[in-house]
Parts: sequence; C-alpha cells; structure tokens
Amino acid sequence: MTDLYENQRTMRRMRKQAMDRGVIAILDVGTSKIACLVLRFDGPDRFRGGEGVGSLAGQSAIRVIGAATTRSRGVTFGEIDAMQETERAIRTAVTAAQKMANVRVDHVIACFSGARPRSYGLDGEVELHDSQVSEQDVARALSACVVPDYGPGREVLHAQPVNFAIDHRSGLMDPRNQIGNKLAADIHLLTVDRSSVSNLIHCIKRCDLELAGMASSAYVAGLSALVEDEQELGSACIDLGGGATGISVFLKKHMIFSDSVRIGGEHVTQDISKGLQIPLSRAELIKTKHGGVVATGMDDREMIHIGGETGDWEHDQREVSRAELIGIMRPRVEEILEEVRLRLDAAGFDQLPAQQIVLTGGGSQILGLDELASRVLGQTVRLGRPMRVQGLPQAATGPGFAGAVGLCLFAAHPQDEWWDFDIPADTYPARSYKRIVKWIRDNW
Amino acid sequence: MRQVGSAPPRDPAPSRLSYRMQRLWLTPVYRRAVRTGIPLAVMALAVGWFLNDADRKAAITNALAEARRSVEERPEFMVQMMAVDGATAPVAEAIRGEVPLDFPLSSFDMDLEAIRAKVESLSPVRKARVMIAPGGVLRIDVDERIPVVVWRTENGLILVDETGETVAGIAARSDRADLPVVAGTGADKHVTEALEIWQAAGPLHARMRGLLRMGERRWDVVLDRGQTIMLPEEAPVAALQRVIALDKAQDMLGRDLSVVDIRNPRRPTLRMAENAVEELRKIRGIEGDMGSQ
Repeated sequence: MTDLYENQRTMRRMRKQAMDRGVIAILDVGTSKIACLVLRFDGPDRFRGGEGVGSLAGQSAIRVIGAATTRSRGVTFGEIDAMQETERAIRTAVTAAQKMANVRVDHVIACFSGARPRSYGLDGEVELHDSQVSEQDVARALSACVVPDYGPGREVLHAQPVNFAIDHRSGLMDPRNQIGNKLAADIHLLTVDRSSVSNLIHCIKRCDLELAGMASSAYVAGLSALVEDEQELGSACIDLGGGATGISVFLKKHMIFSDSVRIGGEHVTQDISKGLQIPLSRAELIKTKHGGVVATGMDDREMIHIGGETGDWEHDQREVSRAELIGIMRPRVEEILEEVRLRLDAAGFDQLPAQQIVLTGGGSQILGLDELASRVLGQTVRLGRPMRVQGLPQAATGPGFAGAVGLCLFAAHPQDEWWDFDIPADTYPARSYKRIVKWIRDNW
Repeated sequence: MRQVGSAPPRDPAPSRLSYRMQRLWLTPVYRRAVRTGIPLAVMALAVGWFLNDADRKAAITNALAEARRSVEERPEFMVQMMAVDGATAPVAEAIRGEVPLDFPLSSFDMDLEAIRAKVESLSPVRKARVMIAPGGVLRIDVDERIPVVVWRTENGLILVDETGETVAGIAARSDRADLPVVAGTGADKHVTEALEIWQAAGPLHARMRGLLRMGERRWDVVLDRGQTIMLPEEAPVAALQRVIALDKAQDMLGRDLSVVDIRNPRRPTLRMAENAVEELRKIRGIEGDMGSQ
C-alpha cells in the first residue's frame, strides 16, 4: 500500500514540476490508435474553477498546442503485448506532437483502457478528537478504510474519496472544518493488473519521458463525454474502443464504478474480415464506410464492392449487399452491449436517479448504434462527443478522442485522490524527521 | 496485385537516435546555443583571424582615415578666412599674430576652444567668443579690457583695468593723460578703491600727481609742491572728504605744509615744510625776544 502511495505521490510531484515548466504531454494508448496531445498550462490564475472541492493537486487552465495520432501497434485489448512496437508508436506520436507544438515535453500523463480494471467500494469511520474536522481527521478516516484483498499482481490506479459523512449527514463534498462527532469516508478504489501497468511505464521510460500520472481511459472518457448534470445525477459512460469497451458510472461528479469488456471495434473488423474473406485493412475500410447495425429494405439493394488482392479475378470482384455486412456486424455489437448490460446490472446501475447512458469512443460512430443500444440497454441513450478544449484541432474532436480530451481535463484539474491528502500522523515512525517537520508546520 | 519480395512498408516511427536528436533540438538552451552562439563564435573567430595581420590592419586604418579626410575636406566644411570683431587695430593685429592659421583649413582640424584660450591669454582681451560662421568664416568676437588707471612701476608705465588686470604698457605718461596714476606695490589689486578716492578728490584734481599705495595697505594722495595726504586704511574716502572740507574752509593745502596726516581720523596732524618751520621759529624767536625784552 505505502509503496503504491509513494509511487502516486511521485507522479503528483512530477505533475507539479510539469505545471511549473508549463507543458505536459498526454498520451492515450489505445488498441487502434495512440494519440498524443501537448498541453500548455496557462497558470492557476486563469482557471475558472467550478464549485465543489477545491483541488489539492493544483488546477490550471490549459491549451492544446500540439496534437498527433498514429496507428497503434503492439497493443491488444488495451494492453501492451509487443513492447518494441508500442515504444515506436509512442515515439512517432510524441515526435509529431512535439514538432507541432515546437516545444520539448518531458512529462507525460498516460491512460489505457485494458488491464482488467476492478472496482471496490471502501468505507472507513473515525471518532473526531475535537468536534471540528481537520485535515488530519480526513486523513485518519481515509486510512481507516478497510482495504480489501485485491490479490497479488494488482495495483491501485485510482482511489478517490467519493463521499464524506459526519454523524448522520451524508453526501458531503468537503468535510473540512465542519462540526460533528464522527467522520465517515467512502472511497472508490480501482485496481488494475500490475504487469500491464509496469509494461506501459517501461515503454514511456524508454522514450525518455517522465510519467506524471496515470488514469483509466473509461474514467477520463466519462470526464469528457458526460455533461455536468449527467455526472451529478448518475449516468454511465460507455467508451467503445478498439480492443476493449470501458464502462464508468458517475454519481455526484465522482466515478463510483468502472469496468471493462474485452471486446471492441477491432473484433467487429475481424468478424468482417473472416466473414467476407478480405484483409483486415480492407475490412476496416468497409466497416467505416458502409457499416451499420440496423438493416432496412434499401440495404438489400446497396451492393458493396469488397475486392481483394489475391490475384484471383473472380475472388477479387466479389460484391456483398450492405444488409449482409450489417448481418455480420450486428451480432458482435449486440454482444458488446449485452456484456455492458451485464456489468451495469451487476453494479446496480438501475438504482441510480437518472440512468442516462452515453456512448462514446470510436466505436460509437457505427450508424444506428444508438437505436440498437437503447433496445439492448433499455435506457435513455445518447451519443456523446468530448467537450471542447481550447486549441484542439478539428481532427481530434470526434468521439474517438473522448479519452484523450478527458485526459486533458484530468491533467488540468485532477480529482483529489487518497494520496493528495495528508498522511495521518500516527502512521509516521515514532522518531521520524518528517514527524518533527509536520509538528512544526502544524503548530507555527 | 501485391508483389512478393517488395520493400517492406516504410516505418513511420523515428529511430531512437533521431527521436533524441529532435528532443535535443527542441531544448531551448541548446537551440539558442546552436542558432546564435555558434555563428557568433565563428564570426568572431574569422574577424580575429582576418585582423591578425598587421598589413591588413594598416590598410583598413588608412582607408578609414582616407574616407574621413574626404568628408572633412568638402568645401562645406572649409574655413577661408578669419574675422576679428570688437577689437582695436593693434589688438586685432596681435590676435592675428597669435592665431597663425593657414587658410583654407577644414573646420574639423580647428580646435575652437584652444583658439579661444589662446586669444583670451592676450592681456588686452577680457573675453573672446570663437565660432565658425556660415560662409567659411572663423569669427572671433573680442571684448577688450578698458584701462582705467596708469600704474607706475619700476619697469615703466602700465595700463590697468578696474579688475587689476594689465592691459598694456605705455611709453610716456602723456600718452594717457586722461587717466589717473597710481604707484606702489599692490596698487593694481585695489584699483576700485583708488578710483573711488580719485572721484572723491574732485577739487584737487588740478594739483594731484597721483595715488601712492603705502605698505600694501593704505593710500597716500600725492599733490604737487611735495605735499602728501596720508589716508587711513579704513574709510579713506570719508577722510579725504574731511581734508577737502578743511582745505575749503581754511585754504589748508595752499599753505606750506608737507604732509596732512589723517591716518587716525580723530587726530589729523599736519607736518609743516622745513622753511615754514624755520619761519615759525624765527617768528617765535622774535616774539620771545620781544617778550623777554
């Protein structure tokens, strides 16, 4: 626990350094593409913060000054399986983005969709020493949370306090300086596979970059695709990525659940490739140009030239109707959505006040998906596009960039996590130098 | 159709080396050093090497001097003549002798300040202004000293202005009969006082020979017939006026006196001439004889 804690604190320090220097890169390592954006911080004074918890990690207004995308290589299911290839792809993206920004970036915040995320809800409760809640009390309440045994080989990615309660008043955003006898805290803990994370860290280190933060792409896609009231009232963001589909459920502006389905748009492409016996690149083209999930009578008559490169004239001149294509794509998309449905049901999504579902990610551009999704998920469904960030090029405003844009927001004003709060005093060693420093700082 | 054995598709990824080079190039310090520092250093080196040769340096210096010369000798900058204003003919002649310029001359080669200092060093000149007037004329405006007294010294007669500065020497007193004569060591330092006394001595002008500075502290008025009025150090004018008043009332100076001593204003003293004393003694003797008889 403390090991990870230190890791995360180091990354926070890196982020501070990057804010001082004024530029940071964000890196969305996906299965189908790797996006790199270079952000310039305009400083905390230009930031127009909303109401709510004042961030402990520091906030800033941002501007995108460099953007580059490259085809991802060596990534499957949102996890790295060929390090060299991934490293090259990251280098390509970073080089192009640096060139556009004309500035060197040393710090990078990364997100990824795979690594089997698992959500835990933690709660802890402490008696207050005096009737007012101090920073120390918050820290004690957080450390009083019982951390479940999430198994070896797992790593905590997010640990966000989502709720505070004093005595019988619950749903507090910021308990500091409030009066009461008992402080309870709820934490949403997200764990991921350690090996995938360390692979990504290694890749980034090999590119001479310092990691200044990590995030789950389901979470950051939710940050950018959900509008404020959706985040407040409870809604799910479904990020249909290339190799994995991320699910994140938001309530009261905090993520309370996250999961991922290891099926994505690439599987649809593979189905088309197998079904029509065409190369993957051709299948991808046909999927994006003609794909859909709801067939109409018109689609029987619309013939698609599928081609091929085998040299067999008959084989290369084949044509299929659009209805056939839809017939291949639809079951797979339905499968994804049904998996999502299962995860949402398991998470108790139907208990939330407003059960809005937002589809985003590159896969959400399939024609007719909203209709199919509302049929499968049985809720109010809308297609979400990421919100606008200053300086973002037009090419990077599509739903496929929800994760990247969300990561920009995450870089600019991250939510407070466990490691942003004070370390409770009793966990310091008894004769520690830090303890002396802390005592002096608190009392003078 | 795809060809077997064709070149593998191009890898868009930069190599590790080129990636590092690009990042290095984007580092501001490095970039500034390469784009500004190295060219500057190379240029400095080249210039240094070029100037290392004495001949080249001399050639450059000569060319520069030549260019400067050609500008300076343009007709606009040439001075053709000298005009001396406000000076009497002998003084003007002296100035021309003192400033021996070889016209035409470029105005860049003239040191006007030095010329002015030289002109002002001439004793008849109180103040001079030197300028180059349009049309290539070196104009010297001279303010001459005005002599107010003649100072008789061992070396001859000298004209002195009211500040005590020497103006010129003269051969004979009759050359400047209009000016009063002073004499004695340090008389030139107190010309103003002498002039005040001269003014006050108006009725005596016809008899006055001059003023004599005594012991560098006070004045004597020297009259003809060997008479002297010894004035005090303090308020000599008032003392002189008293003497004149006495003279008017009793025709004192018309008598056979040699000295009127008013050095102590409360106790004016008269010294009679030798003959007068004898006369007086004779008269006293007669009177005494008569008395004894």
